[in-house]
Amino acid sequence: MTVIRKLNAPAMSKCILCYSCMLACARLNYRAHSVTRCALKIKTAGGISGKYVADICRSCIDPTCAHVCPTGAMSVKEGGGARLTKSKCIGCRKCVEACKLNYLDFDEELKLPLMCTHCGICVKFCPHGCLEILTENKEGGQ
Amino acid sequence: MLYQNYIRVLYIDLFTKKIKFENREDLCEYIGGSGVASKIFSELADYGSEPLAPSQPIVFAIGPMSTIFPICTKAVCSFFSPQTGEYGESHAGGRLAMAIRLANIDAIVITGRAQSPVYITIKPDDIIFHDAEPLWRLGVSESGQYMRSMAGAPGNRSIIRIGPAGANCVPTAGINVDTYRHFGRLGAGAVFGSKNLKGLVICGEKDFAIKNPAEYNKLYSEIYDKATKTGLMAKYHELGTPKNVLPLNKINALPSYNLKQSNYEYAANISGEAFAEEVLHRKVSCSGCPIGCIHIGWLRKLFDAGYEYESCGVSYDHELVFSLGSQLGIKNTTGVLNLINETEEMGLDAISCGVILGYMSEALEKGDITLSETIVEVKFGEIDNYLKAINYIANPPNDFYRDIGRGLYNFTARKGGDSYQYALQLGGLEISGYFTGPAHLIGGLTGIRHSHLDNAGYSIDQKLLKDASTLSAKTVAEKIIEEEVIRSVYTSLVICLFAREVYDLETVCRALKVIEINASPDSLKSVSSKILKNKLEIRKKMGFCIDNFPLASRYFETPSPYGLIKKEFTDEIITHYKKLIEQ
Ligand code: SF4
Ligand code: SF4
Ligand code: SF4
Repeated sequence: MTVIRKLNAPAMSKCILCYSCMLACARLNYRAHSVTRCALKIKTAGGISGKYVADICRSCIDPTCAHVCPTGAMSVKEGGGARLTKSKCIGCRKCVEACKLNYLDFDEELKLPLMCTHCGICVKFCPHGCLEILTENKEGGQ
Repeated sequence: MLYQNYIRVLYIDLFTKKIKFENREDLCEYIGGSGVASKIFSELADYGSEPLAPSQPIVFAIGPMSTIFPICTKAVCSFFSPQTGEYGESHAGGRLAMAIRLANIDAIVITGRAQSPVYITIKPDDIIFHDAEPLWRLGVSESGQYMRSMAGAPGNRSIIRIGPAGANCVPTAGINVDTYRHFGRLGAGAVFGSKNLKGLVICGEKDFAIKNPAEYNKLYSEIYDKATKTGLMAKYHELGTPKNVLPLNKINALPSYNLKQSNYEYAANISGEAFAEEVLHRKVSCSGCPIGCIHIGWLRKLFDAGYEYESCGVSYDHELVFSLGSQLGIKNTTGVLNLINETEEMGLDAISCGVILGYMSEALEKGDITLSETIVEVKFGEIDNYLKAINYIANPPNDFYRDIGRGLYNFTARKGGDSYQYALQLGGLEISGYFTGPAHLIGGLTGIRHSHLDNAGYSIDQKLLKDASTLSAKTVAEKIIEEEVIRSVYTSLVICLFAREVYDLETVCRALKVIEINASPDSLKSVSSKILKNKLEIRKKMGFCIDNFPLASRYFETPSPYGLIKKEFTDEIITHYKKLIEQ
């Protein structure tokens, strides 16, 4: 049985724009102090007085990012979304261009796409419960 | 600079439009923030010239922990105050500290005067001067929108700018930071205006690799949990600082009607609870703080018949509920938001502006000033006339408004007679929303920024009140200095003062160690004393003398939680303060 995990942002109207989620992802996944190196972005639509939106990987059932990857570094994940195998990535940026939601960013220094692993660390550090990890049990997975 | 043995300073000269970077090892001992900004300021200040002379510097600085640890969110601005004519320092949150960090800078120094209005985009690899002529007299929100779309700097950026008040060099003008924060006090906005500088857009993408991940992540989580799970900071999030309105009112510590009273019969109408229930729209945080203490009220205004409404979000806090609420006899939350919104748009310091309007209302009532001067009948409770008067302070149509916009100290000094006896200023700066007792008065008078946050006199009063019978003037003076030294540690690091209980000095030292800075609580205190000493020297050179700022008789006529404050007692505190400072 495989457990499928998907990051979700069901309650962004509660967001206080603190960036704790981005800082946590940067800190714990990328050993980085800056919000510029993390796998999600909290954005404002129309400035700080507008709406706050989470730019996250939406675990597409048909992930174009994986389809276009020439090396198989970005591969289709069972149940939706894609998984990045860093060692196979050649930094061609095709996945970044192909992401249907324009979510995926490329880190120029690491030469890697900043792909979400749906680990849930950001969820733990959100003080307002804006984010969640959806889990699904899938019978017969590998 | 994080993990380096220098402070990276960007110098911008507006006259030549030349810039330079310097990596200064000598500044490290001043920590950052307030320590570094005041040190650089002291080197460059043109002591013999006017505060608004083009040669004067304005300095911004962040600290070593800025956005590296939770709630280290403030940036500090040092300048020559056109309002008090001495050292000016103001602190602001928002996104600014994070943007300066991502731009790979520790301090920004601006000198000179541009030949025509400009705003500047600061990126790690580029500094761009933009023509700001068309924006020069625009309101704060509109100019912010233009700068946001024109500067071509997406993502993690901060925009600071002045409004009409700053452009007109009104000495009580502030600099607005992002949408809801400010370098409000002491006239930083006029300094920008005098330099033909509309604002700054700061952005960057610099990353710093974490050096000691295991220790760092552990300590980060510990501090984060302490801030979010122990209740230490819950009050700032729930109702925010307006939570203080009702308790202060109950103990006779809420100034109202220009401190003719220290309680307010409509306090319940404009309490934190009333704001939350009636208009609270959302809460927002400074970047890197999980608390969310910035409370935004939704202001809805009828502008025409036929149900024509306009609406916008306005941030409110205790200070403004006092200055543009109880001080002016405003009886409802919408009225307060309306006045805040206007001061925001004009780019005025909302505390000074409200206190000035309260003074004008009483002075007009008394016949000390005339309607031909004020143009509109400023009167307690009359919102529409206050709205017009705010506009006049920002865009002075006559000498009266030009004078009153310089603050109540300057205004009453010029007017002479007894006019200062009901002018609510301390050390040249309009008071904040506490009338807790003698420590607050002397704390404001002596504090480096003349801010209630310098030494928390209000809190000293409340602690000492428990044992008022044995209260000695010497103890008060000692506590004021002691607290100012401690707070100087936080303002140099630059940790938000609301988080001081989360960051006891031991925790601060552990955090510094993880980012490879060695310090002990004692060493921090001694650096902090040195920083304070430097600032005291600056203001001495600028001619500051406590004796030039006699306390208004109003402070001794209205009951405080201590009953009537005795003038002899405050005199005694001042005597002790002077002696202690000499040492
Ligand atoms: S990276 Fe983009 S395309 Fe790929 S799964 Fe996530 S959202 Fe879909
Ligand atoms: S789920 Fe994990 S990888 Fe994805 S954004 Fe959150 S912290 Fe980053
Ligand atoms: S941690 Fe939560 S509240 Fe803070 S920015 Fe992220 S989603 Fe918004």
